Amino acid sequence: MHVLKLIFRNSLRHKLRTILTVLGVTIAILSFGLLRTVISAWYAGVEASSASRLVTRNAVSLTFPLPLSYKEKIRQIEGVKSVSYGSWFGGIYIDEKNFFANYALEAEHYLDIYPEFIIPPEQKEAFLRDRKSAVAGKKLADKYGWKIGDIITLKGTIYPGNWEFVLKAIYKGRDNTVDETAFFFHWAYLNEIVKKIAPQRADQVGWYMVEVKNPDHAAEVAVRIDQAFKNSLAETLTETEKAFQLGFISMTEAIVIAIKLVSFVVIFIIMAVVANTMAMTARERIGEYAVFKTLGFGGFHISGLIFGESIVITMTGTVIGMVLTFPVAKVFASELSTYFPIFIIEPETLYMDIAAGLIVALMAGIFPAWRAIKISIADGLRRIG
Amino acid sequence: MNNEINIVEIRNLSKSYRRGNLVIPVLNNISLDIKEGEFLAFMGPSGSGKTTLLNLIAGIDKADSGSITVKGVEITNLSESELAEWRASNVGFIFQFYNLIPVLTAFENVELPLLLSKLSKTERREHVEMALKVVNLSNRMYHRPGQLSGGQQQRVAIARAIVTDPAILVADEPTGDLDRTSAEDILNLMEQLVDQLNKTIIMVTHDPRAARKAHHIKYLDKGILNARPQIDF
Repeated sequence: MHVLKLIFRNSLRHKLRTILTVLGVTIAILSFGLLRTVISAWYAGVEASSASRLVTRNAVSLTFPLPLSYKEKIRQIEGVKSVSYGSWFGGIYIDEKNFFANYALEAEHYLDIYPEFIIPPEQKEAFLRDRKSAVAGKKLADKYGWKIGDIITLKGTIYPGNWEFVLKAIYKGRDNTVDETAFFFHWAYLNEIVKKIAPQRADQVGWYMVEVKNPDHAAEVAVRIDQAFKNSLAETLTETEKAFQLGFISMTEAIVIAIKLVSFVVIFIIMAVVANTMAMTARERIGEYAVFKTLGFGGFHISGLIFGESIVITMTGTVIGMVLTFPVAKVFASELSTYFPIFIIEPETLYMDIAAGLIVALMAGIFPAWRAIKISIADGLRRIG
Repeated sequence: MNNEINIVEIRNLSKSYRRGNLVIPVLNNISLDIKEGEFLAFMGPSGSGKTTLLNLIAGIDKADSGSITVKGVEITNLSESELAEWRASNVGFIFQFYNLIPVLTAFENVELPLLLSKLSKTERREHVEMALKVVNLSNRMYHRPGQLSGGQQQRVAIARAIVTDPAILVADEPTGDLDRTSAEDILNLMEQLVDQLNKTIIMVTHDPRAARKAHHIKYLDKGILNARPQIDF
């Protein structure tokens, strides 16, 4: 009873110092939480990937296409359940700053392979029926105020010209890990135009999306696919969707590592701030600790008071920081949806916040507690007066 | 003084402090008996070793050699943790600057030593109320030290010292920070504790008026006891 009361009252003895320290911890935890969420957002594609999907691309590079004729060969390979394909379009909507992922795909099978894209049946039917139609994710449609039936014009970068699409469907994600900022249309429409404007680039796809019958055999199926095209003009590289996504991230690994480092540096800095607060606190109360010792309280009690106060201050800041992370992340998600379509605070981030808070509290208390325990009662009492 | 039982027996006690390579002797071969119910004052110039001797008797410092036996327990042989336990139930402390915890009320300050006991909350409350009644502060028990005068704070400190019913009370300059009237009140209260409750009080003081309240005065000079003649009042 007394000890907890004493810890809480001690925490408020220097209100300004405590408020500033709590504020520091709050900002640190908020920054830590946001940086960890940025890292999670970076890996969102990896996390959302399915074990039953393989991506087959040109072995040289993703920028090199594969012949359309590979589709049937892949479909016949043992273990393959379904095959679809797509090509990156890279169109610009009005202005370059309005970036979003847009690609052409063989829709019928692609949507079957991606059951996490939820499209109302009548919209899906309308999309499949009309070759000039397109589908947009809900977040993207909301962002630009698109409605079903709107004409969306994209300026081609890889495929020159202005491309008009009729928005026939808006998909939602099955859960909040699904990117709702993509835009796609029929590959057949793209190919039809390409045949006219650049016939040498026709009947080529950017990648094949392969669904396997049994995810446990995905690796063997990938090997079989690549073997089937060995020594051909366009050799393939097949990997799981997860590995494919990780391949993208590896290109920006230095940035991810930098963000991770900064997130830990933030925690390290706040550890120094809290340690300084606790050192000042313990130094001021060294006489009081001596009084506690004279009354028979041991090192366990003294260190309990110091660690308790450190935990109260740090965890108050941690909890406030965690609570603030949600609205701030919401603003982030809305402002940076182009770069981070999935910007959600993972439970792991919150666990790491709590762990960081506790580690800071304990580390900050170690030296003051050790000093308070070690100092002799007579020396401690001499500090009073 | 009610009887002739020695509650404290000090034999050949020596203590020195080290400052770098320098060894500074503080107490030199002290031997002394203190009777149960005795009110004893140590006087002497600054640096004579009074407070060191008090700290050794109270078990908050360690002697270099010699022995101190309090109520049959040779405390010079006890470990740090055993000493802490022993202090909790055998020694009550009264300091010059009261040393109350500023964020706790008078009641909570007095209750502190009892938190280490096995008493229930109700029993603790009874003990605290009794101790505050003895020092005549029942009406201020929910005040914090900052809301009390110096004399009242020292009375709270005395209540904290007696609440565990310790064998001895040690007081280091208990009136050193008080005005004359408050000091007189505190000394009268200490006198009452000895006369009415048979408490043994060992006090260090520079104040001759305070010392006059004691049954005996022992003088320390350069770590040697009775360097001046003992005076009985």
